[in-house]
Amino acid sequence: MRDRRDTLKNPEQELRIFRVRAFLAVLTILILSGLLSGRLVYLQVVQHEVYSTRSEKNRVRVEPLPPTRGLIYDRNGVLLAENRPTYNLTLIRERVDNLDTTLDRLEELLNLSPEEAEGFRIRARQPQRPFQPALLMSDLDETQIAGLAINRHRLPGIEVEAQLLRYYPDSQIMAHAIGYVGRINAEEVKTLDPGRYAGTHFIGKTGVERFYEDVLHGQAGLRQVETNARGRVLRELGRTHPVPGQNLTLTIDRELQNLAYELLDGRRGSIVALVPGTGEILAMVSAPGFDSNQFVTGIDFASYRELQENIDLPLFNRAIRGQYPPGSTIKPFLALAGLVEGVITPDRTINDPGFYQLPNDSRRYRNWLRWGHGRVDMERSIAVSNNTYYYSLAHEMGIDRLHDQMSAFGFGQRVGHDIFGESGALMPSRDWKRARFNQPWYPGETLSVGIGQGYWQVTPLQLATATAVLANRGQWVRPRLASQIGDNPVPVELPDTPRDIVVQSDAWWDRVFSGMEKVLTGHEGTARRTGVGLQYRMAGKSGTAQVFSLGQDQRYNAEELAERLRDHALFMAFAPLEDPQIAVAVIVENAGGGSTHAAHLARAMSDAWLLEEEAPDADEIREAMENDNSTVAGN
Amino acid sequence: MALSLLTKGLRARPVRAPESGISRRKSLWERTHLDPWLLLLLLVLLIVGLGVLYSASGQRVDVVMAQGSRFVVAFLVMLVLAQLQPVTLMRWAPLLYGVGLLMLIAVELVGDVGMGARRWLVIPGVIRFQPSELMKLAMPLMLAAWLSRRQLPPRWKELVVCAVLLGLPVMLIAKQPDLGTSLLVACAGVFVVLMAGLSWRFIALLGIAVASALPLLWANLHNYQRQRVLTFLNPESDPLGAGWNIIQSTTAIGSGGLWGKGWLQGTQSQLEFLPERHTDFIVAVLGEEFGLVGMLLILLLYLLIVIRGLWLASAAHDTFGRLLGGSIILTFFIYVFVNVGMVSGILPVVGVPLPLVSYGGTSSVTLLAGFGILMSIHGHRRLLPR
Repeated sequence: MRDRRDTLKNPEQELRIFRVRAFLAVLTILILSGLLSGRLVYLQVVQHEVYSTRSEKNRVRVEPLPPTRGLIYDRNGVLLAENRPTYNLTLIRERVDNLDTTLDRLEELLNLSPEEAEGFRIRARQPQRPFQPALLMSDLDETQIAGLAINRHRLPGIEVEAQLLRYYPDSQIMAHAIGYVGRINAEEVKTLDPGRYAGTHFIGKTGVERFYEDVLHGQAGLRQVETNARGRVLRELGRTHPVPGQNLTLTIDRELQNLAYELLDGRRGSIVALVPGTGEILAMVSAPGFDSNQFVTGIDFASYRELQENIDLPLFNRAIRGQYPPGSTIKPFLALAGLVEGVITPDRTINDPGFYQLPNDSRRYRNWLRWGHGRVDMERSIAVSNNTYYYSLAHEMGIDRLHDQMSAFGFGQRVGHDIFGESGALMPSRDWKRARFNQPWYPGETLSVGIGQGYWQVTPLQLATATAVLANRGQWVRPRLASQIGDNPVPVELPDTPRDIVVQSDAWWDRVFSGMEKVLTGHEGTARRTGVGLQYRMAGKSGTAQVFSLGQDQRYNAEELAERLRDHALFMAFAPLEDPQIAVAVIVENAGGGSTHAAHLARAMSDAWLLEEEAPDADEIREAMENDNSTVAGN
Repeated sequence: MALSLLTKGLRARPVRAPESGISRRKSLWERTHLDPWLLLLLLVLLIVGLGVLYSASGQRVDVVMAQGSRFVVAFLVMLVLAQLQPVTLMRWAPLLYGVGLLMLIAVELVGDVGMGARRWLVIPGVIRFQPSELMKLAMPLMLAAWLSRRQLPPRWKELVVCAVLLGLPVMLIAKQPDLGTSLLVACAGVFVVLMAGLSWRFIALLGIAVASALPLLWANLHNYQRQRVLTFLNPESDPLGAGWNIIQSTTAIGSGGLWGKGWLQGTQSQLEFLPERHTDFIVAVLGEEFGLVGMLLILLLYLLIVIRGLWLASAAHDTFGRLLGGSIILTFFIYVFVNVGMVSGILPVVGVPLPLVSYGGTSSVTLLAGFGILMSIHGHRRLLPR
C-alpha cells in the first residue's frame, strides 16, 4: 500500500481493501480450522487407543473425606452427643452393573427381612448426585462385614465404609433438647452445598443438632485416588484434609435434666429451668421422650409408626411446641400489669362473694372457692389464687392493655435464641380474634383471659422465660442452649432481646414477690404443703388449666372424668427470692387434683440446683407426693 | 449438502434495485432486518448447545432451563439490535465506549471479587455486571466509527489513536485478571484496524515488536497465568494440579474415537473429575460423546456461521458497517478457535467459553447482540449502489 496524500475518502479503495482482507481472513480461518481438525484427528483416531485405555483402565477419582461432626457437651463437660465408629453399606449406582441382581444378592447375604429389603430398594433408588455413594445400611455387624468381604468380587459398586456415627448416651432424656441427626433426604440434597457435604450422609434434623448444623458439621476434604476399572482404590495421589466441626457446650445440666425427666415419671408434661440472670437453659424436658439413636441408624417403618401413633405423642416437643392455657400461673404478671396501668394498688381490697358479674349480665364468673375469699388485697389474691380479683382487674384493664402488658413478658412470641422449631403460642387480642374468627371481642372473654383461660396459650419455655424476667425485676433475657461454640463463648448480650420492663415503683416487685412467697409459705397459700421445710426463700404460683370446660355452676370431680380430660397442673417459681438463681416452669398434663403435683416438681428442681447436698431421689419425692394427694389445694 | 443450501441462500440475496421505484412489497426478512440463513444456523447451534449442556451438567434440567431462558433473553436483544440503524450505533459508539471505560476503572477501584478476580461491578440488589463484556462490543464499535470517518488506509496518526483506544481497556481487563476476555477485546479492536487496511509493513513491524515484548509480558503475568503456559508446554509435569484439566480433557476427547460413546454415555465426562465440564471445557464432553464426527460437524457449523457473517459484512453499504461486522464475526471465530484449541491441548488455558454452547449468561447475550448488530448492518443497507 502506498501512502497517498489525498484528503478525500475513497470508498472504492476502502471496499477493495476490505474484500482482499476478508478473503485473507477466510483463508486464515480455514487454515486454523484445519489445524484444529488435524489435532482432533490425531487425538480421536491416531491416539484413540491410548486415550481409550487411559479412560477405561485407570481412572483417577476424587473421593470425599467427610468431616468429623462436633461433639456436644453439657455445662459440666459431660458428653451428650458423640461419634462412634461403625461400618456402613454404601452403593454407587453408576458402578453397579445390574441393580436388581445386586440387591437380591445383598438381601440373601445379609439375611434381610422383607421390610428391611424394601427399605434397601427405596434407598438405592433415591436421587443422588452422580458417583456419590448412597447409604443402604448403617451399623453392620462383624458377620455381615465378613460376608460382604468374601463376596466383594460379585458386588461391584458396593462398599463397606467405616464411618463415625452419631450416638446419644442419654437419648431418652435429651432427645427433645438436643434433637438428632438423620439421613440427608432427597429434599435436603437439593439445597445443600455439594462440596461441603460431599461424603456426609447425616444432617441435623431437630433441636441443637439442627440449629447449630453449620457449626457442628465442618468442611469435607477430598482425596484423589487411582482406581482400577471396577472402581477399587489402587493408591492415593493426594488429599485435602477435612475441617472437623466445632464442639458445642450447652448450658444444660445433665443431672438436672435427668432429674426433671425422672420427676415427670412417664407422665405427659414438660419442665423447663433457666438461670434468670443469663437465660441459660439448665433443663428442658419434654416427656415422654424417645430413643433418638433410632433415627440416626435409620428407624424401621413399624417402630416409626408406633412412635407416630402413640397417643402420648413422644415425638412432640412439649417444652417448646406444647400450647397450654397458663391458668392461674399468670396472676403475678397480671397483678404487676394492674399496678403499672393503675387499675389496682397494692393495698386496695375487693370483696369476693365467690363470683364476679359483669354489669347488666346475669352470668356468674366463679371463684374456685364457692363461698369466696371475702376481703382480698393484691398479695392475698396471689397467695390464695383468687379468681374474682382478677376478673375485676382484667375487666377494668381491658383486653388491649392486657395484651400489650403480657406481650412485654414474651407471651405470644418466640422467646428462645437458639431453639429450633419453637412455637409462639398465643396471646389473644382484638385484632387476632377478628382475623381468626371474624368476630368482635366480647367482655366476657377478657375475664377468661384474666385467669389464664380462654384463648390464651403458652409454651413451657415461654412460661419459664416470663418467670425469669419477673425474677430479674423486668430485665429481659432470652433463653439459650449453647454457652460455647468451639472455643468461643456465646455472648451474654444477645441481639433482638426485647425491651426491659420498667415499672414506676421498685417496691411493686417486692409486693408481687411477697404474694408469690405466700403461695408456698403462707398459711392459706395454694402450695403451702410444697413449701414445708424450705431452706431458702422461694416465690411461685400454681395454676390449673382446664382441658374440659364446665357448664355454669357445674362442679368438677376428678374421679369421674376420664384421665385425659383431667386438668393440667402448672407451676412456675423462682428462688432464692433475694438473688434468683433458678426459674422453673412445670406442666404436668392431666395430673388432676389441682396444682400440687407440679409444685412439688418445681420445688425438687430448685432444691437440686440450690442445695449442696445430693440431688433428692425421685422416688422419695414421689412418695411424699402420694401421701399428699388427699388434700386438694385449689387452683 | 449444507454447503449447497448456503450457496443457494447466497444466490437468493443479491442487492436488488427496486422494481418499479414506487412501492414494492417488502419481504418478511427485509421488514424485520433479519438474515434467515444466519438465524437458522444460530438456532441449530443453540439447540445443539443445550443438548450438550444437558449431558455435561450431569443431566440437570435446571441448568438447561437456566441457560435456555438466557438464550431467550439474548435472542430478544439480538432481534431488537437488528432494528437499529447502523447510523444510530455509530453515534452511540463514543458514549458506549466511554461508559465502558469508566466502568472498567470503577471495577478496578470498587469492583466485586469473585473466583479470585475482580471482574464484577455490583449495584447491591439490582445488578451484577461485568463491564468487560460491554467492551467486547464497544471496542469494535468505537474503532470502526472513528476510522470510518478518516481517510483509509490509516496512517501513523490514526494508528496511535487506535493503539490508545485499544490499549487502555485491554490493559484494565488483563489486570482484573481476565486474560481470556482481554484477548477477545484486543482481537475485536485489532480486526477493525486490519480490515481498515493496516499496511503490511506495519503488521510485520508489529509482529517483531510483540515477539520482543514477550519476555516483558511474561514478567508481568500472574503466577497462575504463568503456570497455565508452563502447563500447556508440558502438561505431564503437574498431573494433579494445573495439568489436570488438559490431561483429562484430551483423554475425554481422545477416548471418544470416531463416532463417540454416545449422548450421556461419556464415562470421562460423567465422572466428576473433568473440571468445568459444563463451562469452558464443555467441548471435551462433546468430543467424548459424539467423537470426531460430532466435532467436525460442530466446527463446520461454526465455519458456516462465520462465512455467512463475513458475507453479510462485506455486503454492507459503508465502511463503518464493514469494519464493525467483519470484526464481530472474526472475533466470534477466535472464541471457537481458542476454546477448542485449549481444550484439545494446542493452546494454553485461557478462560474463553465455547460460544453459545458453554454455560453462562453474559457471554451469550454479548455474542447474540453482536449478531444483532451484524444483521442490522446488513438489513439496513441502502438498496441503491453507493
